[in-house]
Amino acid sequence: MSRRNAIGYLAAFAVVGMTVVPLLFVVLGGFRTTAQINSSPAGLPAPFVWDNYAEVAGSPVFWRLLGNSALIAVIATTLAVVLGSMAAFALSRYRFRGREGFYTLFTLGLLFPLGVATLPLYLWLRELNLLENPLGVAIPEAAFSLPVTIVILRPFMHAIPNELEDAALLDGAAKLGFFWRILLPLSRPALITVSVLAFVTSWNFYLLPLLVFNDSTNFTLPLGVAMFQSEHTQDTAKVLAFTALSMIPALTFFVLAERRMVGGLTGSVKG
Amino acid sequence: MSAAITTRPPTAPVPHAPAAGGTRRRSRTRTRLELALLLTPALVLFAGFVLIPIGVAAYYSLYSWNGFGPLSDFVGFQNYVDALSGEVFQGAIGHNLIIAVLSIVVQLPLSISLAMLLNRKIRGRTFLRMVVFAPYVLSEAVTAVIWLLMLQPGGFVDSILRGIGLGGLVQLWLADPSIVLYTLFLVITWKYIGFGVILLLAGLQGVPPELREAAALDGASAWQTTRHVVLPLLGPTIRIWVFLSVIGSLQLFDLVWIMTLGGPANASTTMATYLVDHGFKRYEFGFGSAVAVILFIICFLFALLYQRFALRRDTDGALTGVR
Repeated sequence: MSRRNAIGYLAAFAVVGMTVVPLLFVVLGGFRTTAQINSSPAGLPAPFVWDNYAEVAGSPVFWRLLGNSALIAVIATTLAVVLGSMAAFALSRYRFRGREGFYTLFTLGLLFPLGVATLPLYLWLRELNLLENPLGVAIPEAAFSLPVTIVILRPFMHAIPNELEDAALLDGAAKLGFFWRILLPLSRPALITVSVLAFVTSWNFYLLPLLVFNDSTNFTLPLGVAMFQSEHTQDTAKVLAFTALSMIPALTFFVLAERRMVGGLTGSVKG
Repeated sequence: MSAAITTRPPTAPVPHAPAAGGTRRRSRTRTRLELALLLTPALVLFAGFVLIPIGVAAYYSLYSWNGFGPLSDFVGFQNYVDALSGEVFQGAIGHNLIIAVLSIVVQLPLSISLAMLLNRKIRGRTFLRMVVFAPYVLSEAVTAVIWLLMLQPGGFVDSILRGIGLGGLVQLWLADPSIVLYTLFLVITWKYIGFGVILLLAGLQGVPPELREAAALDGASAWQTTRHVVLPLLGPTIRIWVFLSVIGSLQLFDLVWIMTLGGPANASTTMATYLVDHGFKRYEFGFGSAVAVILFIICFLFALLYQRFALRRDTDGALTGVR
Protein backbone atom coordinates (compact mmCIF):
# COMPACT_ATOMS: atom_id res chain seq x y z
CA MET A 1 0.00 0.00 0.00
CA SER A 2 2.74 2.44 0.91
CA ARG A 3 4.57 1.70 -2.32
CA ARG A 4 1.41 2.51 -4.26
CA ASN A 5 1.04 5.70 -2.30
CA ALA A 6 4.60 6.61 -3.16
CA ILE A 7 3.77 6.27 -6.83
CA GLY A 8 0.73 8.45 -6.21
CA TYR A 9 2.86 11.16 -4.62
CA LEU A 10 5.36 10.96 -7.43
CA ALA A 11 2.65 11.36 -10.05
CA ALA A 12 1.07 14.17 -8.07
CA PHE A 13 4.44 15.90 -7.88
CA ALA A 14 4.98 15.56 -11.65
CA VAL A 15 1.50 16.87 -12.39
CA VAL A 16 1.88 19.85 -10.12
CA GLY A 17 5.23 20.60 -11.73
CA MET A 18 3.93 20.44 -15.26
CA THR A 19 0.94 22.58 -14.37
CA VAL A 20 2.58 25.15 -12.16
CA VAL A 21 5.92 25.73 -13.89
CA PRO A 22 4.44 27.58 -16.92
CA LEU A 23 2.35 29.70 -14.58
CA LEU A 24 5.40 30.47 -12.44
CA PHE A 25 7.36 31.30 -15.59
CA VAL A 26 4.77 33.98 -16.35
CA VAL A 27 4.41 35.39 -12.85
CA LEU A 28 8.14 35.41 -12.05
CA GLY A 29 9.07 36.55 -15.56
CA GLY A 30 7.01 39.65 -14.90
CA PHE A 31 9.43 40.50 -12.10
CA ARG A 32 12.49 40.30 -14.38
CA THR A 33 13.78 42.54 -17.11
CA THR A 34 13.70 41.49 -20.74
CA ALA A 35 17.51 41.51 -20.68
CA GLN A 36 17.51 39.05 -17.77
CA ILE A 37 15.02 36.81 -19.60
CA ASN A 38 16.99 36.86 -22.82
CA SER A 39 20.28 36.01 -21.16
CA SER A 40 18.82 33.23 -19.01
CA PRO A 41 15.30 32.21 -20.06
CA ALA A 42 14.74 29.81 -17.17
CA GLY A 43 16.31 31.92 -14.44
CA LEU A 44 14.81 33.54 -11.37
CA PRO A 45 14.31 37.28 -10.90
CA ALA A 46 17.62 38.73 -9.78
CA PRO A 47 17.10 41.43 -8.78
CA PHE A 48 13.32 41.66 -8.45
CA VAL A 49 11.91 44.34 -10.73
CA TRP A 50 8.52 45.87 -10.06
CA ASP A 51 8.48 48.17 -13.07
CA ASN A 52 6.67 45.82 -15.47
CA TYR A 53 3.75 45.19 -13.16
CA ALA A 54 3.64 48.81 -12.12
CA GLU A 55 3.58 50.00 -15.73
CA VAL A 56 0.86 47.56 -16.79
CA ALA A 57 -1.30 48.24 -13.73
CA GLY A 58 -0.70 51.97 -14.15
CA SER A 59 -1.78 52.16 -17.78
CA PRO A 60 -5.45 52.56 -18.65
CA VAL A 61 -5.26 49.80 -21.30
CA PHE A 62 -5.38 46.90 -18.88
CA TRP A 63 -8.25 48.32 -16.83
CA ARG A 64 -10.27 49.15 -19.91
CA LEU A 65 -9.93 45.57 -21.16
CA LEU A 66 -10.94 44.31 -17.74
CA GLY A 67 -13.96 46.60 -17.68
CA ASN A 68 -15.08 45.60 -21.17
CA SER A 69 -14.77 41.90 -20.33
CA ALA A 70 -16.67 42.35 -17.07
CA LEU A 71 -19.48 44.34 -18.67
CA ILE A 72 -19.98 41.81 -21.45
CA ALA A 73 -19.76 38.82 -19.11
CA VAL A 74 -22.29 40.33 -16.69
CA ILE A 75 -24.80 41.08 -19.46
CA ALA A 76 -24.34 37.66 -21.05
CA THR A 77 -24.64 35.83 -17.72
CA THR A 78 -27.72 37.77 -16.63
CA LEU A 79 -29.47 37.19 -19.94
CA ALA A 80 -28.64 33.49 -20.06
CA VAL A 81 -29.59 32.80 -16.46
CA VAL A 82 -32.81 34.84 -16.43
CA LEU A 83 -34.14 33.53 -19.75
CA GLY A 84 -32.74 30.05 -19.13
CA SER A 85 -34.37 29.66 -15.72
CA MET A 86 -37.72 30.85 -17.09
CA ALA A 87 -37.52 28.31 -19.90
CA ALA A 88 -36.32 25.57 -17.54
CA PHE A 89 -39.28 26.31 -15.25
CA ALA A 90 -41.72 25.98 -18.16
CA LEU A 91 -40.04 22.79 -19.32
CA SER A 92 -39.93 21.18 -15.88
CA ARG A 93 -43.10 22.17 -14.00
CA TYR A 94 -45.72 22.37 -16.78
CA ARG A 95 -47.18 19.57 -18.85
CA PHE A 96 -47.92 20.46 -22.45
CA ARG A 97 -47.67 19.00 -25.88
CA GLY A 98 -44.32 19.60 -27.54
CA ARG A 99 -42.49 19.99 -24.24
CA GLU A 100 -39.87 17.36 -25.03
CA GLY A 101 -39.56 18.79 -28.53
CA PHE A 102 -38.62 22.20 -27.15
CA TYR A 103 -36.19 20.61 -24.73
CA THR A 104 -34.52 18.63 -27.52
CA LEU A 105 -34.22 21.80 -29.58
CA PHE A 106 -32.24 23.41 -26.78
CA THR A 107 -30.11 20.32 -26.11
CA LEU A 108 -29.18 20.31 -29.80
CA GLY A 109 -27.16 23.37 -28.92
CA LEU A 110 -24.92 21.13 -26.79
CA LEU A 111 -24.39 18.59 -29.52
CA PHE A 112 -22.79 20.75 -32.14
CA PRO A 113 -20.16 23.41 -31.76
CA LEU A 114 -21.61 26.87 -31.61
CA GLY A 115 -18.32 28.42 -32.59
CA VAL A 116 -19.16 27.27 -36.10
CA ALA A 117 -21.94 29.81 -36.32
CA THR A 118 -19.65 32.80 -35.81
CA LEU A 119 -19.05 33.78 -39.42
CA PRO A 120 -22.74 33.90 -40.37
CA LEU A 121 -23.37 35.41 -36.96
CA TYR A 122 -20.98 38.20 -37.86
CA LEU A 123 -22.98 39.00 -41.00
CA TRP A 124 -26.19 38.84 -39.00
CA LEU A 125 -24.82 41.23 -36.35
CA ARG A 126 -23.73 43.62 -39.09
CA GLU A 127 -27.28 43.53 -40.39
CA LEU A 128 -28.55 44.35 -36.88
CA ASN A 129 -25.99 47.16 -36.48
CA LEU A 130 -24.43 45.48 -33.46
CA LEU A 131 -20.81 45.53 -34.61
CA GLU A 132 -18.44 47.45 -32.29
CA ASN A 133 -21.16 47.13 -29.63
CA PRO A 134 -20.76 45.15 -26.38
CA LEU A 135 -24.29 43.83 -26.90
CA GLY A 136 -23.18 42.34 -30.20
CA VAL A 137 -20.94 40.01 -28.21
CA ALA A 138 -22.99 39.63 -25.02
CA ILE A 139 -26.30 38.65 -26.65
CA PRO A 140 -24.90 35.82 -28.82
CA GLU A 141 -22.85 34.59 -25.87
CA ALA A 142 -26.01 34.40 -23.82
CA ALA A 143 -27.65 32.43 -26.64
CA PHE A 144 -24.65 30.08 -26.70
CA SER A 145 -24.97 29.51 -22.94
CA LEU A 146 -28.70 28.80 -22.97
CA PRO A 147 -28.46 25.06 -23.75
CA VAL A 148 -26.13 24.29 -20.83
CA THR A 149 -28.19 26.49 -18.53
CA ILE A 150 -31.43 24.72 -19.39
CA VAL A 151 -29.92 21.23 -19.35
CA ILE A 152 -28.59 21.78 -15.82
CA LEU A 153 -31.58 23.67 -14.41
CA ARG A 154 -34.40 21.51 -15.74
CA PRO A 155 -33.63 18.31 -13.82
CA PHE A 156 -32.85 20.35 -10.74
CA MET A 157 -36.21 22.13 -10.82
CA HIS A 158 -37.93 18.90 -11.72
CA ALA A 159 -36.59 17.23 -8.58
CA ILE A 160 -38.16 19.76 -6.23
CA PRO A 161 -41.11 17.94 -4.62
CA ASN A 162 -44.58 18.51 -6.02
CA GLU A 163 -45.96 18.82 -2.47
CA LEU A 164 -44.24 22.18 -2.17
CA GLU A 165 -45.96 23.41 -5.29
CA ASP A 166 -49.35 22.04 -4.21
CA ALA A 167 -49.01 23.68 -0.82
CA ALA A 168 -48.10 27.02 -2.40
CA LEU A 169 -51.03 26.86 -4.82
CA LEU A 170 -53.43 25.90 -1.99
CA ASP A 171 -52.23 28.91 -0.06
CA GLY A 172 -53.38 31.01 -2.97
CA ALA A 173 -50.06 31.62 -4.72
CA ALA A 174 -50.14 31.77 -8.50
CA LYS A 175 -47.90 29.37 -10.38
CA LEU A 176 -45.56 32.21 -11.30
CA GLY A 177 -45.53 33.26 -7.66
CA PHE A 178 -44.40 29.75 -6.76
CA PHE A 179 -41.62 30.08 -9.35
CA TRP A 180 -40.42 33.40 -8.03
CA ARG A 181 -40.79 32.92 -4.26
CA ILE A 182 -40.10 29.24 -3.77
CA LEU A 183 -38.58 27.48 -6.75
CA LEU A 184 -35.90 30.02 -7.61
CA PRO A 185 -34.58 30.36 -4.04
CA LEU A 186 -34.51 26.57 -3.73
CA SER A 187 -32.60 26.28 -7.01
CA ARG A 188 -29.79 28.51 -5.82
CA PRO A 189 -26.99 25.94 -6.00
CA ALA A 190 -27.85 25.12 -9.60
CA LEU A 191 -28.28 28.80 -10.43
CA ILE A 192 -24.80 29.49 -9.11
CA THR A 193 -23.39 26.68 -11.23
CA VAL A 194 -24.96 27.89 -14.45
CA SER A 195 -23.97 31.48 -13.69
CA VAL A 196 -20.35 30.48 -13.23
CA LEU A 197 -20.38 28.49 -16.46
CA ALA A 198 -21.99 31.31 -18.45
CA PHE A 199 -19.62 33.87 -16.94
CA VAL A 200 -16.49 31.86 -17.65
CA THR A 201 -17.66 31.05 -21.19
CA SER A 202 -18.11 34.73 -21.89
CA TRP A 203 -14.92 35.76 -20.10
CA ASN A 204 -12.76 33.41 -22.18
CA PHE A 205 -14.51 33.81 -25.52
CA TYR A 206 -12.13 34.88 -28.26
CA LEU A 207 -13.49 34.30 -31.76
CA LEU A 208 -16.68 36.34 -31.59
CA PRO A 209 -15.13 39.48 -30.06
CA LEU A 210 -12.31 39.12 -32.58
CA LEU A 211 -14.81 39.42 -35.42
CA VAL A 212 -17.14 41.99 -33.84
CA PHE A 213 -14.56 44.46 -32.53
CA ASN A 214 -12.13 46.30 -34.74
CA ASP A 215 -11.63 49.25 -32.47
CA SER A 216 -9.15 48.22 -29.76
CA THR A 217 -10.91 50.39 -27.15
CA ASN A 218 -13.74 47.83 -27.28
CA PHE A 219 -11.47 44.80 -26.89
CA THR A 220 -12.00 42.19 -24.19
CA LEU A 221 -9.19 40.70 -22.10
CA PRO A 222 -8.41 37.65 -24.32
CA LEU A 223 -8.16 39.90 -27.38
CA GLY A 224 -6.12 42.39 -25.40
CA VAL A 225 -3.59 39.80 -24.20
CA ALA A 226 -3.03 38.55 -27.73
CA MET A 227 -2.78 42.12 -29.04
CA PHE A 228 -0.38 43.19 -26.31
CA GLN A 229 1.85 40.23 -27.07
CA SER A 230 1.99 40.97 -30.79
CA GLU A 231 2.61 44.67 -30.19
CA HIS A 232 5.42 44.18 -27.65
CA THR A 233 7.36 41.26 -29.13
CA GLN A 234 10.62 42.91 -28.07
CA ASP A 235 9.55 43.39 -24.46
CA THR A 236 8.97 39.87 -23.16
CA ALA A 237 9.01 40.89 -19.50
CA LYS A 238 6.19 43.36 -19.95
CA VAL A 239 4.13 40.84 -21.91
CA LEU A 240 4.61 38.37 -19.07
CA ALA A 241 3.51 40.94 -16.47
CA PHE A 242 0.48 41.77 -18.58
CA THR A 243 -0.40 38.09 -19.01
CA ALA A 244 0.10 37.39 -15.30
CA LEU A 245 -2.26 40.19 -14.30
CA SER A 246 -4.83 39.04 -16.83
CA MET A 247 -4.83 35.52 -15.32
CA ILE A 248 -5.75 36.78 -11.87
CA PRO A 249 -9.51 37.37 -12.37
CA ALA A 250 -10.19 33.93 -13.86
CA LEU A 251 -8.11 32.11 -11.24
CA THR A 252 -9.62 34.05 -8.33
CA PHE A 253 -13.09 33.50 -9.64
CA PHE A 254 -12.40 29.80 -10.01
CA VAL A 255 -11.08 29.47 -6.45
CA LEU A 256 -14.13 31.27 -5.08
CA ALA A 257 -16.69 29.40 -7.16
CA GLU A 258 -15.20 25.90 -7.10
CA ARG A 259 -16.93 24.59 -3.95
CA ARG A 260 -20.34 25.92 -4.84
CA MET A 261 -20.09 24.59 -8.38
CA VAL A 262 -19.66 21.01 -7.24
CA GLY A 263 -22.78 21.28 -5.06
CA GLY A 264 -24.86 22.51 -7.98
CA LEU A 265 -23.64 19.77 -10.28
CA THR A 266 -24.30 17.03 -7.73
CA GLY A 267 -27.87 18.26 -7.36
CA SER A 268 -28.48 18.21 -11.07
CA VAL A 269 -27.08 14.71 -11.45
CA LYS A 270 -29.34 13.35 -8.72
CA GLY A 271 -32.36 14.94 -10.39
CA MET B 1 -65.15 35.09 -13.96
CA SER B 2 -68.77 35.12 -15.02
CA ALA B 3 -67.75 36.87 -18.19
CA ALA B 4 -65.58 33.94 -19.08
CA ILE B 5 -68.53 31.60 -18.71
CA THR B 6 -70.99 33.66 -20.73
CA THR B 7 -68.62 34.29 -23.59
CA ARG B 8 -67.99 30.59 -23.96
CA PRO B 9 -69.55 29.44 -27.24
CA PRO B 10 -72.52 27.24 -26.28
CA THR B 11 -71.55 24.60 -28.81
CA ALA B 12 -68.05 24.12 -27.45
CA PRO B 13 -67.73 20.61 -26.11
CA VAL B 14 -66.73 20.51 -22.48
CA PRO B 15 -65.92 16.92 -21.68
CA HIS B 16 -65.94 15.33 -18.24
CA ALA B 17 -66.71 18.28 -16.00
CA PRO B 18 -69.25 20.60 -17.54
CA ALA B 19 -69.85 22.56 -14.33
CA ALA B 20 -66.23 23.55 -13.91
CA GLY B 21 -65.71 24.12 -17.62
CA GLY B 22 -65.46 27.88 -17.40
CA THR B 23 -62.77 28.05 -14.77
CA ARG B 24 -60.85 25.20 -16.31
CA ARG B 25 -60.96 26.93 -19.64
CA ARG B 26 -59.86 30.15 -18.09
CA SER B 27 -57.00 28.47 -16.28
CA ARG B 28 -55.98 26.70 -19.46
CA THR B 29 -55.74 30.01 -21.32
CA ARG B 30 -53.84 31.35 -18.41
CA THR B 31 -51.45 28.41 -18.50
CA ARG B 32 -50.89 28.98 -22.21
CA LEU B 33 -50.13 32.62 -21.55
CA GLU B 34 -47.70 31.74 -18.79
CA LEU B 35 -45.96 29.22 -20.99
CA ALA B 36 -45.65 31.73 -23.81
CA LEU B 37 -44.30 34.31 -21.39
CA LEU B 38 -41.74 31.88 -19.97
CA LEU B 39 -40.57 30.18 -23.14
CA THR B 40 -40.69 32.85 -25.84
CA PRO B 41 -37.72 34.99 -24.74
CA ALA B 42 -35.35 32.01 -24.58
CA LEU B 43 -36.63 30.66 -27.88
CA VAL B 44 -36.23 34.01 -29.61
CA LEU B 45 -32.70 34.41 -28.28
CA PHE B 46 -31.70 30.87 -29.22
CA ALA B 47 -33.31 30.94 -32.66
CA GLY B 48 -32.17 34.47 -33.43
CA PHE B 49 -28.51 34.01 -32.59
CA VAL B 50 -27.87 30.30 -33.05
CA LEU B 51 -30.34 28.70 -35.45
CA ILE B 52 -30.93 31.54 -37.90
CA PRO B 53 -27.25 32.31 -38.51
CA ILE B 54 -26.63 28.67 -39.39
CA GLY B 55 -29.58 28.73 -41.80
CA VAL B 56 -28.40 32.01 -43.29
CA ALA B 57 -24.93 30.54 -43.81
CA ALA B 58 -26.42 27.71 -45.83
CA TYR B 59 -28.09 30.30 -48.06
CA TYR B 60 -25.00 32.51 -48.51
CA SER B 61 -22.90 29.46 -49.27
CA LEU B 62 -24.61 29.10 -52.65
CA TYR B 63 -23.36 32.50 -53.82
CA SER B 64 -20.07 34.05 -54.68
CA TRP B 65 -20.19 37.08 -52.43
CA ASN B 66 -17.70 39.47 -50.87
CA GLY B 67 -20.04 40.47 -48.04
CA PHE B 68 -21.18 43.73 -49.60
CA GLY B 69 -23.92 44.56 -52.07
CA PRO B 70 -26.67 42.26 -53.26
CA LEU B 71 -26.42 38.51 -53.51
CA SER B 72 -26.53 38.12 -57.26
CA ASP B 73 -23.79 35.73 -58.30
CA PHE B 74 -25.45 32.36 -57.75
CA VAL B 75 -22.88 29.57 -58.05
CA GLY B 76 -24.79 26.57 -56.71
CA PHE B 77 -22.52 24.10 -54.95
CA GLN B 78 -19.35 25.45 -56.56
CA ASN B 79 -18.09 26.85 -53.22
CA TYR B 80 -18.38 23.41 -51.66
CA VAL B 81 -16.58 21.78 -54.57
CA ASP B 82 -13.81 24.38 -54.42
CA ALA B 83 -13.36 24.01 -50.66
CA LEU B 84 -13.39 20.22 -50.59
CA SER B 85 -11.06 19.89 -53.57
CA GLY B 86 -8.59 22.44 -52.23
CA GLU B 87 -5.41 21.01 -50.77
CA VAL B 88 -5.26 23.47 -47.88
CA PHE B 89 -8.75 22.65 -46.67
CA GLN B 90 -8.16 18.92 -47.05
CA GLY B 91 -5.04 19.42 -44.97
CA ALA B 92 -7.06 21.35 -42.40
CA ILE B 93 -9.57 18.51 -42.05
CA GLY B 94 -6.62 16.15 -41.65
CA HIS B 95 -5.10 18.32 -38.90
CA ASN B 96 -8.39 18.40 -37.00
CA LEU B 97 -8.63 14.62 -37.25
CA ILE B 98 -5.02 14.14 -36.09
CA ILE B 99 -5.69 16.30 -33.03
CA ALA B 100 -8.93 14.42 -32.31
CA VAL B 101 -7.29 11.01 -32.58
CA LEU B 102 -4.19 12.05 -30.61
CA SER B 103 -6.44 13.42 -27.86
CA ILE B 104 -8.16 10.08 -27.45
CA VAL B 105 -5.00 8.02 -27.73
CA VAL B 106 -2.81 10.18 -25.48
CA GLN B 107 -5.00 12.31 -23.23
CA LEU B 108 -7.56 9.68 -22.30
CA PRO B 109 -5.14 7.08 -20.86
CA LEU B 110 -3.20 9.90 -19.21
CA SER B 111 -6.34 11.36 -17.63
CA ILE B 112 -7.52 7.96 -16.43
CA SER B 113 -4.20 7.09 -14.81
CA LEU B 114 -3.86 10.51 -13.23
CA ALA B 115 -7.42 10.37 -11.93
CA MET B 116 -6.81 6.94 -10.42
CA LEU B 117 -3.59 8.08 -8.80
CA LEU B 118 -5.18 11.23 -7.46
CA ASN B 119 -8.13 9.22 -6.20
CA ARG B 120 -5.84 7.59 -3.61
CA LYS B 121 -6.03 8.92 -0.13
CA ILE B 122 -3.00 11.14 -0.34
CA ARG B 123 -2.40 14.32 1.52
CA GLY B 124 -3.28 17.62 -0.15
CA ARG B 125 -5.74 15.99 -2.53
CA THR B 126 -8.08 18.97 -2.66
CA PHE B 127 -5.18 21.28 -3.42
CA LEU B 128 -3.95 18.92 -6.13
CA ARG B 129 -7.31 18.91 -7.82
CA MET B 130 -7.41 22.68 -7.89
CA VAL B 131 -3.90 22.87 -9.32
CA VAL B 132 -4.67 20.33 -12.04
CA PHE B 133 -7.79 22.22 -12.98
CA ALA B 134 -6.17 25.67 -13.06
CA PRO B 135 -5.03 25.68 -16.74
CA TYR B 136 -8.54 24.75 -17.80
CA VAL B 137 -9.84 27.96 -16.25
CA LEU B 138 -7.47 30.16 -18.24
CA SER B 139 -8.64 31.29 -21.65
CA GLU B 140 -7.09 29.72 -24.73
CA ALA B 141 -5.80 33.19 -25.57
CA VAL B 142 -3.78 33.44 -22.35
CA THR B 143 -2.60 29.84 -22.77
CA ALA B 144 -1.48 30.62 -26.30
CA VAL B 145 0.51 33.68 -25.24
CA ILE B 146 2.18 31.82 -22.36
CA TRP B 147 3.34 28.97 -24.57
CA LEU B 148 4.23 31.23 -27.46
CA LEU B 149 6.73 32.90 -25.16
CA MET B 150 8.00 29.69 -23.59
CA LEU B 151 8.54 28.05 -26.97
CA GLN B 152 10.60 30.86 -28.51
CA PRO B 153 13.80 29.50 -30.07
CA GLY B 154 16.38 29.48 -27.27
CA GLY B 155 13.61 30.33 -24.81
CA PHE B 156 12.39 28.76 -21.60
CA VAL B 157 11.55 25.27 -22.89
CA ASP B 158 14.75 24.97 -24.86
CA SER B 159 16.93 26.06 -22.00
CA ILE B 160 15.19 23.70 -19.57
CA LEU B 161 15.69 20.81 -21.98
CA ARG B 162 19.36 21.70 -22.38
CA GLY B 163 19.67 22.12 -18.64
CA ILE B 164 18.52 18.56 -17.93
CA GLY B 165 20.68 17.10 -20.69
CA LEU B 166 17.95 16.63 -23.25
CA GLY B 167 19.25 19.31 -25.59
CA GLY B 168 18.89 16.88 -28.48
CA LEU B 169 15.11 17.21 -28.21
CA VAL B 170 15.16 20.93 -28.93
CA GLN B 171 13.13 21.77 -32.02
CA LEU B 172 11.91 24.78 -33.90
CA TRP B 173 8.67 24.13 -32.07
CA LEU B 174 6.43 26.51 -33.95
CA ALA B 175 8.44 27.14 -37.10
CA ASP B 176 9.03 23.60 -38.33
CA PRO B 177 6.07 22.47 -40.47
CA SER B 178 6.57 18.83 -39.52
CA ILE B 179 6.57 19.59 -35.77
CA VAL B 180 4.14 22.46 -35.29
CA LEU B 181 0.93 20.42 -35.09
CA TYR B 182 2.36 18.18 -32.38
CA THR B 183 3.63 21.18 -30.45
CA LEU B 184 0.12 22.60 -30.52
CA PHE B 185 -1.21 19.24 -29.37
CA LEU B 186 1.10 19.33 -26.34
CA VAL B 187 -0.19 22.79 -25.43
CA ILE B 188 -3.79 21.60 -25.84
CA THR B 189 -2.99 18.66 -23.58
CA TRP B 190 -1.54 20.98 -20.94
CA LYS B 191 -4.67 23.10 -20.98
CA TYR B 192 -7.33 20.41 -21.11
CA ILE B 193 -5.90 17.45 -19.20
CA GLY B 194 -7.27 18.86 -15.93
CA PHE B 195 -10.78 18.81 -17.28
CA GLY B 196 -10.52 15.09 -18.05
CA VAL B 197 -8.96 14.35 -14.67
CA ILE B 198 -11.68 16.20 -12.76
CA LEU B 199 -14.39 14.54 -14.81
CA LEU B 200 -12.96 11.07 -14.25
CA LEU B 201 -12.34 11.73 -10.57
CA ALA B 202 -16.02 12.53 -10.24
CA GLY B 203 -16.77 9.29 -12.10
CA LEU B 204 -14.48 7.33 -9.77
CA GLN B 205 -16.35 8.63 -6.73
CA GLY B 206 -19.37 6.85 -8.18
CA VAL B 207 -17.63 3.46 -8.08
CA PRO B 208 -18.74 1.77 -4.83
CA PRO B 209 -15.73 0.60 -2.79
CA GLU B 210 -17.63 -2.63 -2.02
CA LEU B 211 -17.19 -3.68 -5.64
CA ARG B 212 -13.41 -3.35 -5.47
CA GLU B 213 -13.35 -5.18 -2.17
CA ALA B 214 -15.52 -7.97 -3.54
CA ALA B 215 -13.24 -8.33 -6.56
CA ALA B 216 -10.18 -8.40 -4.31
CA LEU B 217 -11.79 -11.07 -2.11
CA ASP B 218 -12.42 -13.15 -5.21
CA GLY B 219 -8.71 -13.04 -5.89
CA ALA B 220 -8.60 -10.40 -8.61
CA SER B 221 -5.32 -8.54 -8.97
CA ALA B 222 -5.24 -4.74 -8.81
CA TRP B 223 -4.93 -4.60 -12.58
CA GLN B 224 -7.83 -7.03 -13.09
CA THR B 225 -10.02 -5.04 -10.74
CA THR B 226 -9.20 -1.86 -12.62
CA ARG B 227 -9.69 -3.43 -16.02
CA HIS B 228 -12.89 -5.38 -15.36
CA VAL B 229 -14.61 -3.48 -12.56
CA VAL B 230 -13.55 0.16 -12.49
CA LEU B 231 -13.12 0.92 -16.20
CA PRO B 232 -16.53 -0.44 -17.24
CA LEU B 233 -18.16 1.62 -14.50
CA LEU B 234 -16.32 4.70 -15.77
CA GLY B 235 -17.82 3.99 -19.21
CA PRO B 236 -20.39 6.79 -19.26
CA THR B 237 -17.85 9.36 -18.08
CA ILE B 238 -15.29 8.23 -20.64
CA ARG B 239 -17.83 8.30 -23.44
CA ILE B 240 -18.92 11.82 -22.62
CA TRP B 241 -15.28 12.95 -22.36
CA VAL B 242 -14.54 11.49 -25.80
CA PHE B 243 -17.54 13.30 -27.21
CA LEU B 244 -16.54 16.68 -25.80
CA SER B 245 -12.92 16.14 -26.77
CA VAL B 246 -13.69 15.32 -30.42
CA ILE B 247 -16.12 18.20 -30.78
CA GLY B 248 -13.50 20.50 -29.23
CA SER B 249 -10.79 19.18 -31.56
CA LEU B 250 -12.98 19.73 -34.61
CA GLN B 251 -13.55 23.40 -33.83
CA LEU B 252 -10.07 24.23 -32.59
CA PHE B 253 -9.36 27.89 -33.28
CA ASP B 254 -8.18 30.37 -30.60
CA LEU B 255 -4.94 28.63 -29.69
CA VAL B 256 -3.87 28.04 -33.29
CA TRP B 257 -4.84 31.51 -34.46
CA ILE B 258 -2.75 33.23 -31.80
CA MET B 259 0.23 30.88 -31.85
CA THR B 260 0.71 30.20 -35.57
CA LEU B 261 -2.15 31.70 -37.64
CA GLY B 262 -2.31 28.23 -39.21
CA GLY B 263 1.29 28.39 -40.41
CA PRO B 264 4.03 27.85 -41.24
CA ALA B 265 2.99 26.98 -44.80
CA ASN B 266 -0.50 25.91 -43.64
CA ALA B 267 1.03 23.13 -41.55
CA SER B 268 -1.28 23.87 -38.63
CA THR B 269 -4.36 25.19 -40.43
CA THR B 270 -7.60 23.91 -38.91
CA MET B 271 -11.07 24.07 -40.42
CA ALA B 272 -11.96 27.00 -38.19
CA THR B 273 -8.80 29.02 -38.94
CA TYR B 274 -9.36 28.33 -42.64
CA LEU B 275 -12.91 29.58 -42.27
CA VAL B 276 -11.90 32.82 -40.57
CA ASP B 277 -8.96 33.33 -42.90
CA HIS B 278 -11.09 33.10 -46.03
CA GLY B 279 -14.45 34.38 -44.83
CA PHE B 280 -13.21 37.25 -42.78
CA LYS B 281 -9.70 38.21 -43.80
CA ARG B 282 -10.23 37.78 -47.53
CA TYR B 283 -13.89 38.80 -47.68
CA GLU B 284 -14.94 35.56 -49.37
CA PHE B 285 -18.19 35.39 -47.46
CA GLY B 286 -19.96 32.97 -49.76
CA PHE B 287 -16.98 30.63 -49.75
CA GLY B 288 -16.46 31.05 -45.99
CA SER B 289 -20.12 30.24 -45.38
CA ALA B 290 -19.71 27.03 -47.37
CA VAL B 291 -16.75 26.12 -45.16
CA ALA B 292 -18.85 26.90 -42.08
CA VAL B 293 -21.61 24.63 -43.34
CA ILE B 294 -19.13 21.82 -44.03
CA LEU B 295 -17.65 22.17 -40.54
CA PHE B 296 -21.15 22.23 -39.11
CA ILE B 297 -22.19 19.10 -41.01
CA ILE B 298 -19.06 17.21 -39.95
CA CYS B 299 -19.66 18.07 -36.28
CA PHE B 300 -23.35 17.40 -36.51
CA LEU B 301 -22.88 14.03 -38.20
CA PHE B 302 -20.36 13.05 -35.59
CA ALA B 303 -22.67 14.17 -32.78
CA LEU B 304 -25.60 12.30 -34.27
CA LEU B 305 -23.71 9.06 -34.89
CA TYR B 306 -21.97 9.20 -31.54
CA GLN B 307 -25.24 9.90 -29.82
CA ARG B 308 -26.85 7.00 -31.64
CA PHE B 309 -24.15 4.40 -31.14
CA ALA B 310 -22.11 5.37 -28.12
CA LEU B 311 -24.07 7.57 -25.76
CA ARG B 312 -27.67 6.30 -25.99
CA ARG B 313 -28.67 5.56 -22.41
CA ASP B 314 -26.18 7.61 -20.51
CA THR B 315 -26.70 11.04 -22.05
CA ASP B 316 -29.11 12.36 -19.45
CA GLY B 317 -27.09 11.87 -16.30
CA ALA B 318 -23.68 12.25 -17.85
CA LEU B 319 -24.31 15.40 -19.86
CA THR B 320 -25.74 17.26 -16.93
CA GLY B 321 -22.87 16.12 -14.79
CA VAL B 322 -20.29 17.38 -17.22
CA ARG B 323 -20.99 20.94 -18.06
